[in-house]
Amino acid sequence: MATLQEIVSKQVPLAPGHRMCSGCSIPVIVNTIIAASDKPVIIANATGCLEVASTIYPFTAWKVPWMHLTFENAAAVAAGIETAYKAFKKRGKMKDDVNIIAFGGDGGTYDIGFQALSGALERGHKFLYVVYDNEGYMNTGNQRSGATPFGADTTTVPAGTMSIGKTQWRKNIVEICAAHRIPYAAQATAHNTLDLFNKAKKAFAADGPSFIAALQPCTTNWKYDTALTMAYSKLAVETNFWPLYEVENGKVHINYKPKERKPIEEFLKGQGRFRHLFKPENRHVIEEMQKMIDEEWERLLKLEESQVQI
Amino acid sequence: MADKKGWHDLMRGADLPPATSLEYKTGSWRSMRPVFDASNCIHCMICVAYCPDMAIPITKSEEGVVGKGGRLYKGAVRLETNFDYCKGCGICAQECPTKCITMIREEEAVEASTK
Repeated sequence: MATLQEIVSKQVPLAPGHRMCSGCSIPVIVNTIIAASDKPVIIANATGCLEVASTIYPFTAWKVPWMHLTFENAAAVAAGIETAYKAFKKRGKMKDDVNIIAFGGDGGTYDIGFQALSGALERGHKFLYVVYDNEGYMNTGNQRSGATPFGADTTTVPAGTMSIGKTQWRKNIVEICAAHRIPYAAQATAHNTLDLFNKAKKAFAADGPSFIAALQPCTTNWKYDTALTMAYSKLAVETNFWPLYEVENGKVHINYKPKERKPIEEFLKGQGRFRHLFKPENRHVIEEMQKMIDEEWERLLKLEESQVQI
Repeated sequence: MADKKGWHDLMRGADLPPATSLEYKTGSWRSMRPVFDASNCIHCMICVAYCPDMAIPITKSEEGVVGKGGRLYKGAVRLETNFDYCKGCGICAQECPTKCITMIREEEAVEASTK
């Protein structure tokens, strides 16, 4: 097992001087994932916060081979790189092994890039797809995405006297990916560096496609103080809003079970996007949210206990 | 008929050397400055792992550095924050288990250094 000292001592793939918001946790996720790779990496990056903020021409923050792609084709290009790489290896033009990683935001994964992702998983290319999930189109100013949680205020589903914000629950992307019968899919978050590192290790070791969804609190559009990024990441896990679990060959394993589940209010409190839920007339939204979270958690516990194939 | 072009003849896309962003100093974004008290640090590396701007340099120390309780800390140890890139988000101060980092207003820091 790696220690934090060992992880931070590895060379970081991103250089300072990138223009992600103050307090953004995307670089933390990217650095931790790539630190887990023992082999050289090739990155395919869908359009999103990470892409626009790390490579503003003529500057680039990347120290590793990196490719800029559109919203929809990060997984398709990663699959192409893998296939080309295999062909080169067969002809003896390349010798070393590499790890191919695709990074996408939740917009480029849950919504726009979904068919390319599904196709690449189904074809069984050996690559890791990482979604840094900030629960909306944050780079363009907080539009609703398939990952936006129930009750959140966004510019396309604004909260007001006639609206509570988004009325649908988010997609369960980890289970959707696991349902492609891929060897490894996991849910992780920014604050738990060791957990994220270990999951990336397992993903690289998997024989086939692997998928990691990492929650990435967004200071700009969740609207909270920049210092609290990791605190909100922690609260998301402790309230079971974002459970840490992995699906290895279809079998669920929960990595962290909070001793005492915190009420969801603790996660919602202080976030501008959920401010309207604390009005007396919106109390029922929080109650409904709590009920959904508890039901999901029960279901997850059952899946783990029964070891039923997802 | 014009000669048929193959993919070899296509124009290359933007091709950049690595890490040119180092020339772009994001330290000017900062409104709050982290002040690091080395005498209270246990070199746990939490701030290093959590820094979104990779602005906390580390080094391997064989002989060790003096930290909390006058103890010698060996191995990976953190150094003073790199203010060329620190955006002053305050995650380090918030997450530090020994609270050895405090945030002060940038103007105060500048005033103190020019006095």
